[in-house]
Amino acid sequence: MATEILMPALSPTMEEGTLAKWMVKEGDTVKSGDILAEIETDKATMEFEAVDEGVIGKILIAEGTEGVKVNAAIAVLLEDGESADAIVASAPVAEAAPVEAAPAPVAAASAPAAPIVDTSPDWPEGTPMKQQTVREAIREGMSEEMRRDDTVFLMGEEVAEYEGAYKISQGMLAEFGPKRIIDTPITEHGFAGVATGASFAGLRPVVEFMTFNFAMQAMDHIINSAAKTLYMSGGQMGAPMVFRGPNGAAARVGAQHSQDYAAWFMQVPGLKVAMPYAASDAKGLMKTAIRDNNPVIFLENEIMYGKTFDVPDVEDYTVPFGKARIWREGNDVTIVSFGIGMTYALEAADKLAEEGISVEVLDLRTIRPMDTAAIIKSVMKTNRCVTVEEGWPQGSVGSYISSVLMQEAFDYLDAPVINCTGKDVPMPYAANLERHALITTDEVIAAVRQVTYK
Amino acid sequence: MAARKTTKQPADKPNVSADELKALYKDMLLIRRFEEKAGQLYGMGLIGGFCHLYIGQEAVVVGLEAAAEEGDKRVTSYRDHGHMLACGMDANGVMAELTGREGGYSKGKGGSMHMFSKEKHFYGGHGIVAAQVPLGAGLAFADKYQENGRVTFTYFGDGAANQGQVYETFNMAALWDLPCISVIENNQYAMGTSQQRSTSSAEIYERGKSFGIPGEAVDGMDVLAVKAAGETAVAHCRSGKGPYILEIKTYRYRGHSMSDPAKYRTREEVQKMRDERDPIEQVREMLLTGKHATEDDLKTIDKDIKAVVNESAEFAKNSPEPALEELWTDIYA
Ligand SMILES: Cc1ncc(C[n+]2csc(CCOP(=O)(O)OP(=O)(O)O)c2C)c(N)n1
Ligand SMILES: [Mg+2]
Repeated sequence: MATEILMPALSPTMEEGTLAKWMVKEGDTVKSGDILAEIETDKATMEFEAVDEGVIGKILIAEGTEGVKVNAAIAVLLEDGESADAIVASAPVAEAAPVEAAPAPVAAASAPAAPIVDTSPDWPEGTPMKQQTVREAIREGMSEEMRRDDTVFLMGEEVAEYEGAYKISQGMLAEFGPKRIIDTPITEHGFAGVATGASFAGLRPVVEFMTFNFAMQAMDHIINSAAKTLYMSGGQMGAPMVFRGPNGAAARVGAQHSQDYAAWFMQVPGLKVAMPYAASDAKGLMKTAIRDNNPVIFLENEIMYGKTFDVPDVEDYTVPFGKARIWREGNDVTIVSFGIGMTYALEAADKLAEEGISVEVLDLRTIRPMDTAAIIKSVMKTNRCVTVEEGWPQGSVGSYISSVLMQEAFDYLDAPVINCTGKDVPMPYAANLERHALITTDEVIAAVRQVTYK
Repeated sequence: MAARKTTKQPADKPNVSADELKALYKDMLLIRRFEEKAGQLYGMGLIGGFCHLYIGQEAVVVGLEAAAEEGDKRVTSYRDHGHMLACGMDANGVMAELTGREGGYSKGKGGSMHMFSKEKHFYGGHGIVAAQVPLGAGLAFADKYQENGRVTFTYFGDGAANQGQVYETFNMAALWDLPCISVIENNQYAMGTSQQRSTSSAEIYERGKSFGIPGEAVDGMDVLAVKAAGETAVAHCRSGKGPYILEIKTYRYRGHSMSDPAKYRTREEVQKMRDERDPIEQVREMLLTGKHATEDDLKTIDKDIKAVVNESAEFAKNSPEPALEELWTDIYA
């Protein structure tokens, strides 16, 4: 049967090329390996070899033709004994259609339907509560999961004998022993890779970075190894693991130790990103993170570790990913935040309430998946939105939220969305400069006034 | 490149003059007193964040600086105050950086871990463990490129020696014959992790072997031994033979940083080191027994140093906070 010889792609980026020169003519017999033509890509001139045996029945694209699309038919190869008439029977090939790019997804520009939002309470009325610090809650979440599942282990610098640089793993070496609570040398790239490998093979590592600033050393394994393997393996294997540790500014530890990485990790498909504020969420999200079959970035905060909250005193308390928590209902404006940003959001809401401005405060809890439905639903009510986070402004979590609102709730916005962020500078050490670099409650209040025109 | 044999030679004590010995004593004592003062100011809330003191390790940097020449470069970690004083940076400017004031070396914007002085060829204070190692090789690369005959001292810890980038650097430094000296300040602990618990083979100085980099272990409590080893290393690098490794066995008396309770070692272990091996006491003894100085001479030195340190503290307290506009400067060149 006659087969078409197609314009080859000779580089990963080549879409079309010039058929510079035919090295065969109609009627020639060719065998695999013979040079058929010279083809110019944007980068080089390449020889194009035959793969199949046969006779060149017809040359469809004349030499010297530019802009020949990849996969367009350029010649017809006949089997031995086949006549050139066979070509007539085949489909019209002279202008082979270029491969169509997949249509781009159309952004939802149409009027939004009311989003479906899960507003079920995190715990039923009457649930017994206990007081716990965020530190205790994280530890309890990890320990409960380690008791439930012996494939879970904790690995990191100073997690075992020193009981954690920030005492998160206090008592865990005593309970679980050195097989499961593992001190590593200072080699973040190395142990992040080791843990990722272990997760491929069926374990559920929890990797502690002493702080997330040091996770930069391990970025390659977090993104290229952990986040992408499920996809690259066609779903065969992935990385069910947690990368956790304090993120963001502590106090006066300078530029290299004070960065909020929420927006960085949020960008990566394959990763999930949790950033709890309250202790109950720290515990419930930690348990969910360990059970999740994907790599989860769990962003804690040193300043929050010692803060106390109510935590449900029940067996196996978990919090689902992708479900925002409404801390405060209000009608005039929606403040969306997460992690330590919630401190400023709630403080601002309290102060604004005294002036009669009613603020709805949403805690995203996980920023990937992000409960955009809850944001949209709230903004459909309040028509105004301010986002609050500690990270830098350009490419912030808030700027993503703004774009979602523009595309999906434009008609409901009565004012531009304002993103309150940390200043666009490396963190300074000096006390006065650091105060100014960080987001403040006053800035959140000012932003609310601006969007409410009050 | 010809393979080089790793040698471990006990450093010969060089003959130093009485004046040189006194200078070493003074330099070490300045660091000790300065660090004690910094610890005090930290306790008073005048210094914030992390603050890593160098007390106990003074002989390392002082001995090596004695082997350096004008124009040689140095780069180190966050445990950097001693290095700055030893390379001639001004105590006032260092202390004012610790308090985050305008008069500090980085205008208050860097802090304890991040100070620099172009004038003194001090390329920082780096907070990410081992990041300074390839940076140091890069400084040496520039020197070689510019054919200026300078060498670079890259200081890092026993803990840092486990980071992968150290070995990437060793390979490049050997491959390209870079004039850089890796100074491993082995104080036996990386935060709360003793060297035995983090390191598969104890002899860190041998880790250059497979790259053909000669290495040497040195008694870091003996400033003269450090100086002698430094001279060997400098001569090697300066003559174009490529990198050199010095593993200097030292000890830190204080916790890892101000907030470290240091429960991973006994009080006795620290006390024994202080009593038997203290680098400053050793030189003091030498000065007195060799009759190079009298008790009175040493008292005068003591007094002078105290004055310098007290003045730096006063300066650091009284220097104003940086102007708010400084928040927005120095982000781009
Ligand atoms: C990449 C990275 N990981 C972890 C830390 C936290 N940390 C700071 S100092 C330190 C210990 C380093 O020990 P060592 O290299 O022996 O130096 P020393 O403090 O003893 O001078 C650790 C783990 C860090 N700053 N950077
Ligand atoms: Mg050390």
